[in-house]
Amino acid sequence: MDDFYREYILEHYKYPRNRGTLEHPTISHEETNFLCGDTVRLDILVENEVIQDIRFSGQGCAISMASASMLTEEIKGRSVEEAKAFSKEELLDLIGIPLDKNPMRLKCALLSLKTLKAGLYGVGAMQDEEL
Amino acid sequence: MKNAVQTFPIFDVLTLRRDFPILHQQVHGNLLAFLDTAASSQRPMQVIECLRDYYSRCHANVHRGVYKLSEEATLAYERSRGKVAHLIGAASPREVIFTRNATEAINLVAYAWGSANVREGDRILLTMMEHHSNIVPWQMLAQRVGAHLDYVRFDGEGRLVLEDLDHLLTERTKMVAVVHQSNALGTVNPVPEIARRAHEVGALMLVDGAQSVPHMPVNVQELGCDFLAASGHKMCGPTGIGFLWGQRHILDAMPPFLGGGSMIKVVETDTSTYADVPVRFEAGTPAIAEAIALGTAIDYLNGVGLEKIHHYEHELTAYALDRLGQVGGVTIHGPHTVEARGGTLIFTMEGIHPHDIASILDGEGIAVRAGHHCTQLLHRVLGVPATTRASFYLYNIPEEVDRLVAGLEKVKKLLE
Repeated sequence: MDDFYREYILEHYKYPRNRGTLEHPTISHEETNFLCGDTVRLDILVENEVIQDIRFSGQGCAISMASASMLTEEIKGRSVEEAKAFSKEELLDLIGIPLDKNPMRLKCALLSLKTLKAGLYGVGAMQDEEL
Repeated sequence: MKNAVQTFPIFDVLTLRRDFPILHQQVHGNLLAFLDTAASSQRPMQVIECLRDYYSRCHANVHRGVYKLSEEATLAYERSRGKVAHLIGAASPREVIFTRNATEAINLVAYAWGSANVREGDRILLTMMEHHSNIVPWQMLAQRVGAHLDYVRFDGEGRLVLEDLDHLLTERTKMVAVVHQSNALGTVNPVPEIARRAHEVGALMLVDGAQSVPHMPVNVQELGCDFLAASGHKMCGPTGIGFLWGQRHILDAMPPFLGGGSMIKVVETDTSTYADVPVRFEAGTPAIAEAIALGTAIDYLNGVGLEKIHHYEHELTAYALDRLGQVGGVTIHGPHTVEARGGTLIFTMEGIHPHDIASILDGEGIAVRAGHHCTQLLHRVLGVPATTRASFYLYNIPEEVDRLVAGLEKVKKLLE
């Protein structure tokens, strides 16, 4: 739906923030959405329990890439505890498009958060419901 | 959008479309353009009415009661089996086993026939363009018995590299399982030739007909295969019903798949004797209403004529290949001509993810599929994680192709 492709989403998609990798990340984690093959990898630099730097890489649709861009922008500079507590609802608020009736695209939007949390908690994978 | 091509004078598609109530709805403010038949077709009123009529007037379990309702249900169920047999040129309705879908039909063969006939060190030959339903059951069998899988490659035009058969077919090859029409590339494979080659080394040949049986005349005698699997929901029938056809003498020698009611003759405390084919493979209460409605779907397709449907889709596909080929940045994967090709085409757009394409098209009321279409191996060969797929059936019209093209131009404008 056109609703998904609002200007600020397209802006994040075309000019992503924090796109790239870190040379010496404290945590590096990658998740794949097997339904569509989207991949997001997050490199996170943690110092004194604070996320000093974060970069994302991978490939995917406009929603998953814009979501990763927005999430990294939001989470950079926060404490690890705060980042762990960052909720699904907060991310969806940031993205600001109605995804509640579209479970497929919801998965796209949540992929970056899934990657972040699985990385921070040091677990292999997380379900959408656990976010 | 007006175009010189309105429709093709093969049958009256605009009248036929009235039979499909689902097509006449608005999606996001636009008339639905349903271009995802390869995933599941829509069904005509006649099939929907059949289900309603069956549950309203004559439902009872089959092969059990001696009362009128049960006898009627049994007759209708068996009549439907006969319609399937006639559709595919089977020697007898007894060679037709009702399953949930093509997937279950292939699992049945891989389990029942495979367990009795495939041994450690044997080989099963597949192709790189198979649907997961014609890969995973064979992997499970291979892992169970210690057999090996081989794969025939396909070339840049989406055609099987038949030279691979020269070295992959050996006396250890027990089964060759090949898709008739690819659900992604649209390629129609030369089944008779492959079947002949398979039989030369003593292997059997299973054909995945999920995408061919709904769209063209398919005759198992002409194909020369041993098994054919298909799904009802891709051919205007209900979900939850499909079938397996097998050569009588092969089915007769096969042990059961699922155990339970119907499929037995005598049950003792430790063992049982099994019913004859086909009931041996239909444990438990089957999908009776769905099987009967599948018969109605077959009547419907025969009413239009499968030869005509095939011809019509041919014309529509040629038109789509031509129009899509003119959209800058679009790459069509698979045969670029309509020879030995069905009405399913996958494409990518440079720098644009298929999910975004499908989402934006959805906003225009156009339903296409984005993803790997249950063909991960095929997509690995293409070197792309996902594609967008448009697929056609007897109810699609050139105008929907025009709308698809216009939608893709909009995608480009938004995301490039």
